[in-house]
Amino acid sequence: MMNTPENLLYTKSHEWVLMEGDTARVGLTDHAQEALGDLVFVNLPEVGDTLTCGEALGDVESVKAVSDVYSPVSGTVKAVNEALLDAPEGINADPYGAWLVEVEGITDKEDLLDAAAYAALCAEEG
Amino acid sequence: MGSYIPSTAAERQEMLEAIGCKSIDELYAQVPAEMKVERLDIPEGKSELEVRRILEGIASKNTVFPSVFRGAGAYRHYIPSIVKSVTSKETFLTAYTPYQAEISQGVLQSIFEYQTMICALTGMDASNASVYDGASAAAEAVAMCRDRKRNTVLVSAAAHPMVLQTIETYCFGNGMEVKTVPMKNGFTDQEALGALLDDTVACFYLQQPNYYGRIESAADMGEAVHGCGGKFIMGVNPIAMAVLKTPGECGADIAVGEGQPLGLPLSFGGPYLGFMAAKSAMARKLPGRIVGETADHDGRRAYVLTLQAREQHIRREKASSNVCSNQALCAMTAAVYLAAMGAKGLRQAAEGCMAHARYAAERICSVPGFDMVYPGPYFHEFVTTCPVKPERLLEGLALRGILGGLPVESGILWCATEMNTRQEIDALEAAIREVC
Amino acid sequence: MELLFEKSRAGRGCDLLPPLDVPPAHLMEGTERRTPLRLPEMSEVDLSRHYSELERRSHGVNNGFYPLGSCTMKYNPRIHEETAALPGFAGVHPSQGADTVQGCLEALYLAEELLCEITGMDGMTFMPAAGAHGEFTALLMVKKYHLDRGDTQRTKIIVPDSAHGTNPASAAMCGFTVVNVPSNPQGGVDLEALKAAVGPDTAGLMLTNPNTLGLFDPNILEITQIVHDAGGLAYYDGANLNAVMGVARPGDMGFDLVHLNLHKTFSTPHGGGGPGSGPVGCKRFLMDFLPNYHVAEGEHGLEFDRPCKSIGSVKAFYGNFAVVVKALTYILTLGAEGITEAAQGAVLNANYMREMLRGTYDIAYGDGPCMHEFVLTLAGLKKEKGVSAMDVAKALLDHGIHPPTMYFPLIVEEALMAEPTETESRETLDRAVEVLKTIRAQADTDPERLHTAPHTTPIGRPDEVNAARHPVLRYLYPEERT
Repeated sequence: MMNTPENLLYTKSHEWVLMEGDTARVGLTDHAQEALGDLVFVNLPEVGDTLTCGEALGDVESVKAVSDVYSPVSGTVKAVNEALLDAPEGINADPYGAWLVEVEGITDKEDLLDAAAYAALCAEEG
Repeated sequence: MGSYIPSTAAERQEMLEAIGCKSIDELYAQVPAEMKVERLDIPEGKSELEVRRILEGIASKNTVFPSVFRGAGAYRHYIPSIVKSVTSKETFLTAYTPYQAEISQGVLQSIFEYQTMICALTGMDASNASVYDGASAAAEAVAMCRDRKRNTVLVSAAAHPMVLQTIETYCFGNGMEVKTVPMKNGFTDQEALGALLDDTVACFYLQQPNYYGRIESAADMGEAVHGCGGKFIMGVNPIAMAVLKTPGECGADIAVGEGQPLGLPLSFGGPYLGFMAAKSAMARKLPGRIVGETADHDGRRAYVLTLQAREQHIRREKASSNVCSNQALCAMTAAVYLAAMGAKGLRQAAEGCMAHARYAAERICSVPGFDMVYPGPYFHEFVTTCPVKPERLLEGLALRGILGGLPVESGILWCATEMNTRQEIDALEAAIREVC
Repeated sequence: MELLFEKSRAGRGCDLLPPLDVPPAHLMEGTERRTPLRLPEMSEVDLSRHYSELERRSHGVNNGFYPLGSCTMKYNPRIHEETAALPGFAGVHPSQGADTVQGCLEALYLAEELLCEITGMDGMTFMPAAGAHGEFTALLMVKKYHLDRGDTQRTKIIVPDSAHGTNPASAAMCGFTVVNVPSNPQGGVDLEALKAAVGPDTAGLMLTNPNTLGLFDPNILEITQIVHDAGGLAYYDGANLNAVMGVARPGDMGFDLVHLNLHKTFSTPHGGGGPGSGPVGCKRFLMDFLPNYHVAEGEHGLEFDRPCKSIGSVKAFYGNFAVVVKALTYILTLGAEGITEAAQGAVLNANYMREMLRGTYDIAYGDGPCMHEFVLTLAGLKKEKGVSAMDVAKALLDHGIHPPTMYFPLIVEEALMAEPTETESRETLDRAVEVLKTIRAQADTDPERLHTAPHTTPIGRPDEVNAARHPVLRYLYPEERT
């Protein structure tokens, strides 16, 4: 049973977003981490980098694959979750606690789905 | 059959029948008729004995010099008999890349051992499983340092011309700007380096010992490069690493080099061996294959190709390098060489190089008209002036079975290794005196 | 099994070099290495046994069937090792004057002649040391060709979605952007998609034919025409040449450049991952862009030439020369008929093995004949019985057979790509088919055994996740461990 917290918003590319006024926290959903399998490395942007919504902000690696993580918003990177660089398995263990980046100065965002819409999308994808 | 095909014509006919075909042409139905080859315009096939004779004939048109006093990127060293014996083992020769770890522990372990030894030699934390040669290793190391904000590469003019050329060619591909740091008195000009350092510099490449044999003040230059935020890459001679300060001790971020001296024959330039090693912080940027240690699900120690998600077969256009096949058997050659020689033997080889080079320099410079172009410390290569046309000297030496030094702009670049005996060097002196 | 470093004992070693016969030399103070160099200290007998044990724990073509798709693991003739090691080749310094290396230059010149005839090209360089290196070299030539004509807009390289990963990676190394075109339902390039993808920004197309699905694209002439009409160049990835050498030539398919894998098609041994050789051939109009050190006829015999618009060098010296000697030996042995027979034999063996497996396994694109390799898909089996391509591959290890290539090409789910090559006998193929049938039956009766395979190899499935999360990339002596 996929975990889809109510208080978050979601993208079609399986990222979650926690909006707090002018800043956003971004991570990967439970559906995503399940599909990716055991994650072994995370490539994150640097603080101060500019992000464009819909474009890759970094990627995550499993043993045999690499997947882009798409930014749901446009803005500037305020913080990255350094802990994940040493322990990417945190994303598998706690996808909604293991945020990847915090973005500030948000100028644009993707069409975001609420929990129900996202859950429906996942059910469709199978 | 000269094509190494076991099946006879009769067997092939049976197989065609088994799959419901009348002729092999049916299987090539998709190939447009207009492009089908009638017959290749190449000679008929031959028996093994005939082919052997042809190749022997071609090889006999080369001169193999009994006495070699030339280096310049390829060096004649002693190859212990165990090296050839191990590396000609059929399984090592014919195995593919060890993707199936369970049946490839032998190959994987040998690469892990090689990686460990390269780290020991260079004082670095991690090594890859090899790249094509020292020059391409230098170019790949430069690419590792690419950064969105830093696109300039500084290279020492005292590096091997072919390494410089290769870096330039790779940078024509990746768009990095190459600037050469000029030489002064046979060394990299440190002042000039300082003037070129700024916050657009991604890295600085220095060869140690340099192309002219001189020992550079690597640590000082490394510090200067770090001062501007750039990375420091050193290209080193592996035999010299037995006695010289390592890239690790000089503060290098990446160490590369030509591994040919570690048990590989001269072989007209290849196959050679590019080694690449880096500090932990840059380890994940190393291109190509890397072997790591892990355990199987029963807890047995196991080796496996790891960090594959960096590589081309997974990242495709997002890979930082396209390296797939490397120089695996040459890396194994180096590993066997280093294990057979041990630290003691490698030190002996290095000391042999230095001592014979000193003696050769003395003997050559005792001939009037020959003087050291760059006085000062060198490892096993040095440049002297030449009172006659270099071609004339070298022709004269060749008649006496001696491959003399390489003509360079400032004179002749000589080399001596542990292989050059005292008698050989005395004979060289005598020959030079006769010719000049 | 212990590592060299664990077998090492202080004071042991081999006595390989004589004492100094000249006075010792000393390094200047401050230049000496401080950290002691730690290498194994072993006697020759222990070293010899170590590598014999490592050999037993490895698997080569000499050990058994090796149907790795895309790798052409054909037999590596023994004679190659002898010709490449002839003292007249092995003892030659690369910087010797041309007059003392006429034999080496002749070997390269002859190899170029023969391979140009086989590929339908006009000139060739042997500098690239591997296929990927050849791709990189060829794409640099493409880049320089367009820039030389003042055409600075050509920034894109088109690659089919079935391409080997080195193709897009090589394009990226040359600063190109990669455009992927899909394959059509028959497995060939989707012509409409290709037409839509080409334009004034097209630098070129990279293609292998037959492709990675083992299929010859019947539209090949139209494909290269589309690219040429748009002003781009057509580049042939020669990894699959073994299917068509002596039958069809890339030069006649409309390709302008090719790379070859001497360690695949031309039987030079793989060495555990190298050294290979990836020569690049091209049509006359591109020869000026070839890398340095091209062999040409000079006044006094053969010599190295620098093409006037050369891209430069992609490595030092001239290439993996000894590997080229092996390939030359092979081509001289096979001759015109042998080359064609080898390709035909490879295609026959692949079709035979594929037919014998039909009904037991699902074949991808199984309607017409295949070329030298074929792809099985285990997607159905995975859904039904939970047995994956990985499981079948690992089960093969217990039978002494190297598995086919797993999970490639990416466009086929649960793929196993098999390339038997022409140097296998019918019995070997029949036995492999039997084994695969046994494994298929096991999927019904005992799938668990397959999930946990292999069982009889020196190790079981390794923990690759741990290896990647906590990389241990060199041996740490006990005192180095924290």
